[in-house]
Amino acid sequence: MELFFRYLLNGIGNGAVYALVALALVLIFRSTGLLNLAQGEMALFSTYFAWKLTDLGLAIVPTIAIAVVASMFGGALIERTLIRPVHGPDKSPLNVLIVMLGLFLGLNALAQLIFSDDAEPMPKPWPTVASPGDPVGRNARFAEVGGVPISWSVVALLLSLIVLAGLLYLLFQRTKLGLMLRAAASNPASARLVGINSSNMLMLGWALAAGLGAVAGVLAAADRGSVNPGLMAVVLVYAFAAAALGGFDSPIGAVVGAMIVAIAEAMTIGYVKALSTIELVVPFGLILLVLLVRPTGLFGRKVVERV
Amino acid sequence: MTRRNLRIAVGVVVAAAALYAPYYFGPSINQELSRALYFAIAAMGLNLLTGFNGQVSIGHGAFFGVGAFTTAILMDSYSWTFELTIPVAALLAALVGVAVGVPALRVRGLYLALVTLGLAVLFPRLGQRFIEGTGGVALIRPSRRGFDSLIDGLANDQWQYLETLAIAALLFLLAWNLTRSRVGRAMIAVRDQEVAASTVGISIARVKVGTFALSAAYAGVAGSLSVMIDRAADATDPILAFRNSIEFLVAVVIGGAATIAGPAVGALVLILLRRETNGLIEGKEMLSPAIFGAALIAMIFVLPGGVVGGLRKLTDRVLPEHPRPKENP
Repeated sequence: MELFFRYLLNGIGNGAVYALVALALVLIFRSTGLLNLAQGEMALFSTYFAWKLTDLGLAIVPTIAIAVVASMFGGALIERTLIRPVHGPDKSPLNVLIVMLGLFLGLNALAQLIFSDDAEPMPKPWPTVASPGDPVGRNARFAEVGGVPISWSVVALLLSLIVLAGLLYLLFQRTKLGLMLRAAASNPASARLVGINSSNMLMLGWALAAGLGAVAGVLAAADRGSVNPGLMAVVLVYAFAAAALGGFDSPIGAVVGAMIVAIAEAMTIGYVKALSTIELVVPFGLILLVLLVRPTGLFGRKVVERV
Repeated sequence: MTRRNLRIAVGVVVAAAALYAPYYFGPSINQELSRALYFAIAAMGLNLLTGFNGQVSIGHGAFFGVGAFTTAILMDSYSWTFELTIPVAALLAALVGVAVGVPALRVRGLYLALVTLGLAVLFPRLGQRFIEGTGGVALIRPSRRGFDSLIDGLANDQWQYLETLAIAALLFLLAWNLTRSRVGRAMIAVRDQEVAASTVGISIARVKVGTFALSAAYAGVAGSLSVMIDRAADATDPILAFRNSIEFLVAVVIGGAATIAGPAVGALVLILLRRETNGLIEGKEMLSPAIFGAALIAMIFVLPGGVVGGLRKLTDRVLPEHPRPKENP
């Protein structure tokens, strides 16, 4: 039973990272109807940027703040210059897909060319205690409940998720800007009629997604102790599974889906020895199952297609 | 000169160059050219699916891998002749294609890309789990003897190039005829307007799954040939299948989607780019993906029809297909 709780906590920690990336995917999907394949590599680029800042001697907390702001500008720039010209109801979806794949390849390669193509250490924005068996202090404990140590990293990851999801909720439900964002997402033409600049809202959606991705990337790297060029590709797969499970247009679905996916992953690693090293089967099985059985996901709305 | 004559002239020159190339170049260039040929076959397969049928796949590296391992295992463990393994590789890849194509009926566009992406990421992991090759890793090297030249006077590299060329030519001819046939028009109709296509009696499911199977078979043949050229079937690199998938798509886009010559042009450009950019910056292998990424984006913005589409536009300007009728005075 103790082991079970250990796996569960591992799952929750990873789930927080997946949830942040899944939220970013949902933000972009809601405003543009796109599945952003480049989300992971955008986050990777931000993460290497953050590593460079810490490498230059900046503390981790201001680094995250700078990386988030810079990423938001980057995301807005990408939307405006690369995505908008090729995306629209009358344009072929193949083109925008190819542009996103180009971003996927290009941003990963660019991060390696500009910053580093090696694994680089990422300091942790939470207390660490290095011990002989755990040189990066990943498992520094926050508390111990019934013999199960709860590590600082799980607490910090979960806390970040709660704070960010809460802020997003406040932004969307309690501010005028959020109302405008929702209006532009649900009906761009009508929103324009009442004086909302829909295209700016799209850009803001991408900016928010890029900022979330930056936080997710830095936290994922900090949790694992280092950032490497393959870090976000796997995270993206789990985030896609999470978003598919929750419904691509539902933020709550993204969080719930991420937790389900991450806990399923942790349990698979823990208990299903037949799937060792191929635990990636789990998210893909989930994606396929959801798309086939209930394409709207657990919390998604059904879209009626007019011919 | 008419368009028809121009087309014939270009065809003759290209064919002559392709046949003469192995005698002109050395073994290392011949190997690169053979690589471009099998890349072209895989890209053509993807082009049938994505260009002509409108189904996006970024998982063709997996079908390619299925073909490669079929050939490698049959030759290594069952001592088959290489040529006999090619149809088996095509068939197995097609079967996997059907297995993916049927669920693909439910999802389209970006969702389909997502599912096929999963295939590409999963394939090497399955390979590592279930294939025990040389030294216990998922890498099989059949004896090089199996690929030796069967004709005196042809060096091994020349023989391998010509064999790949013959198969590529056959498959391109097949694709060319197919796309102009009833089936090909059905594929295009499904791409352009699914609902309209079904109202004129086209079975959407049959066309889509059939195209998926055929497309996968092309990738399987390419994988099979890659064992001869690269001398191994490899699943040790976790992102190889994914990278291949992307590169097939790059070849299709650069060459020109929904054209016959496009995949061949794209594959050649891609292989040459990869050769030229490798090792350009000391210790950095990341230059070619950076260039591919930029090239993908640039093509969509500058030349949406690819190289072949651009050339076609150019000839339209210079040599209109239907000369403008002279106005009566």
